[in-house]
Amino acid sequence: MSETAPAAYGLDVGSTAVKLVGLDTDGNAVRQSLEPTEPALQKQLGRILESIQERRDGGPLPLVVTGYGRGLVPGPARRVTEITCHARGIFQLFEREGTLLDVGGQDSKAVSVGPGGNVLDFLMNDKCAAGTGRFLEYTASRLNLRVDEIGPAALQSSGETPISSTCTVFAESEIVSLIAQGTDLGAILKGLHRSLVQRLSGMIRAVGFRPPLMLSGGVARNDAVVNMLSDAFDCKALVPESPEFTGALGAALTALEGRP
Amino acid sequence: MGPPLKCAAATKRLVTRHYLDGRYVRHYGKTAWVTSGAPVELLKALGFFVLYPENHGALCGARRAAEALCRESEAAGYSSDICSYARTDLGSLLSGRTPVGRLPRPDVLVCCTNICQTVLAWYRVLSDHFNAPLLVVDTPFLYAEAPPHAKAYVLAQIEAMVEPLERIAGRSLNQDRLKRTVKYSRDAAELWNRITEMGRRKPAPLTAFDQFIHMAPIVEMRGDSRTVDFYAAMLRELEERARLGIGAVQRERARLVWDNLPVWHQLRFLSEFFAEKGAAVVAATYTKAWGELAPLLQESQPFEAMADTYLHVLLNRGTGSKLDTIRALVKEFDADGVVFHSDRSCKPYSIGQMGQRDSVVRQDGIPALLLEADHNDPRSWSRSQNINRLEAFMEVVAR
Repeated sequence: MSETAPAAYGLDVGSTAVKLVGLDTDGNAVRQSLEPTEPALQKQLGRILESIQERRDGGPLPLVVTGYGRGLVPGPARRVTEITCHARGIFQLFEREGTLLDVGGQDSKAVSVGPGGNVLDFLMNDKCAAGTGRFLEYTASRLNLRVDEIGPAALQSSGETPISSTCTVFAESEIVSLIAQGTDLGAILKGLHRSLVQRLSGMIRAVGFRPPLMLSGGVARNDAVVNMLSDAFDCKALVPESPEFTGALGAALTALEGRP
Repeated sequence: MGPPLKCAAATKRLVTRHYLDGRYVRHYGKTAWVTSGAPVELLKALGFFVLYPENHGALCGARRAAEALCRESEAAGYSSDICSYARTDLGSLLSGRTPVGRLPRPDVLVCCTNICQTVLAWYRVLSDHFNAPLLVVDTPFLYAEAPPHAKAYVLAQIEAMVEPLERIAGRSLNQDRLKRTVKYSRDAAELWNRITEMGRRKPAPLTAFDQFIHMAPIVEMRGDSRTVDFYAAMLRELEERARLGIGAVQRERARLVWDNLPVWHQLRFLSEFFAEKGAAVVAATYTKAWGELAPLLQESQPFEAMADTYLHVLLNRGTGSKLDTIRALVKEFDADGVVFHSDRSCKPYSIGQMGQRDSVVRQDGIPALLLEADHNDPRSWSRSQNINRLEAFMEVVAR
């Protein structure tokens, strides 16, 4: 990150983490920060907002807030949904139309991205944990693993045990019985990833897949998910360097450009 | 929001009066409980007071009384997967609670299968509970044009209802009265059709939310001269609003079509949400359904007219027919988007919506949203998720 002062900010208040991106007048990211979402979210947001520098004349810098907690941000900030922000963010990064899959902690969305990063259509899974990052977090903790450990472990495994349950809670019961049968941990993990990817693939197809497949959200850091999705759609999925900042970037761009 | 419709007071008066009549009807007449798509003209002509459990359910929903009533029926063993109108009605029956004071006991139940199959089981339960006779009109599903044998089959069933209904009513059917009743039904439906068509004007003088509120008489008071007078007055008011350029939504910037039943418990929230975005929901397949069959109601042959009309209701036709209706509404009302309410409680209405949405989005390039909810059970409403979807959808529409 350079030393230039940001000219506009995007704040993505997600269920798992709060992400901030500051852009200079040319649209370069000059500030980026991420912290886990705290239970006292309002207090946390107040602290983050205080850290945002004011303009030289003392007025507030353009700010767009997105994510589930966007309603909690006080003041004159504009609120835009993460669907629009992720699409704009990913378009800025790859300059491609196509299909965006954002897998967040609380929900997942498939977005058909059109010219200029505009949303053509979108579908969301916001009701069932089995299609979200929560599915991996939950099952990882059941296996006493950190969430960043399960992707590599799944990739290393040569075997794969099908997990038939389509529900996070029932998948846990299934894992318990598989462990009891002495099934290899790597094979279980691979099966879990496959189960998530199959759910996500269904959503991508339902929105009408147009290549390339682009990923955003924290789960895009999981290489097993990325590889399996690439296989499923027979194209290398494009993953930003910092996928979890895509929404905040789109928000900051929206603020900078003064777009509706 | 624009200024409220003046006819709101008249609607309230009409509906209140209807339920008030119901409280005392046992002293002077007979009562029939019927499904929304039943051939009510025959019952009206025989002097029955007609009560619609579905409408009563909607009223409970709009007054936020449905959830508690649904819980009553669930506690009695009815699954939460059953239609929330049925659960509201059965809950009201079991607990004796209703926001309208008291419902008259049915002397007869008339169930027509043109809206769903749930009504068959629901009305059998009612029949057991009240020890009242049940008459069923079975309407074959129409995938395309109605074949002559389907019409003949429905006609024969309606004709066969005359004898038992006359017996229960204690009077004979007067053919002139029946024709008059059919004519009142047609006149009201024609007026309702013209009222819903007023949504074509820019700005729209009424929204689908206004239609949801003011549709009670066309559903539960068809075949009545007072209903005709009421809608004639409502149409005059709307024509005046259109002439003066008064919109139901201030600074109308976007126009939407609604598919499926309303979400009764969120009527105010949704109407305010769209109004704040400058979006007018100018048409709805659900409200259109109560006016579009008016030309079939020809009083010269009242039985054939009833058979034809009640065979052709929206929910008794294939999903392709609904897609055609939606596309026609988008075109005729110059709409910018479609909201498909995926109604957990109304499977016949909701099936096919995924494909219909895809067709509208991909073939016609019209943004469309699938909004998951339930017409009467607020427990199926995820507020924050639905707001997120609605806001994202409006960002696409308003771009």
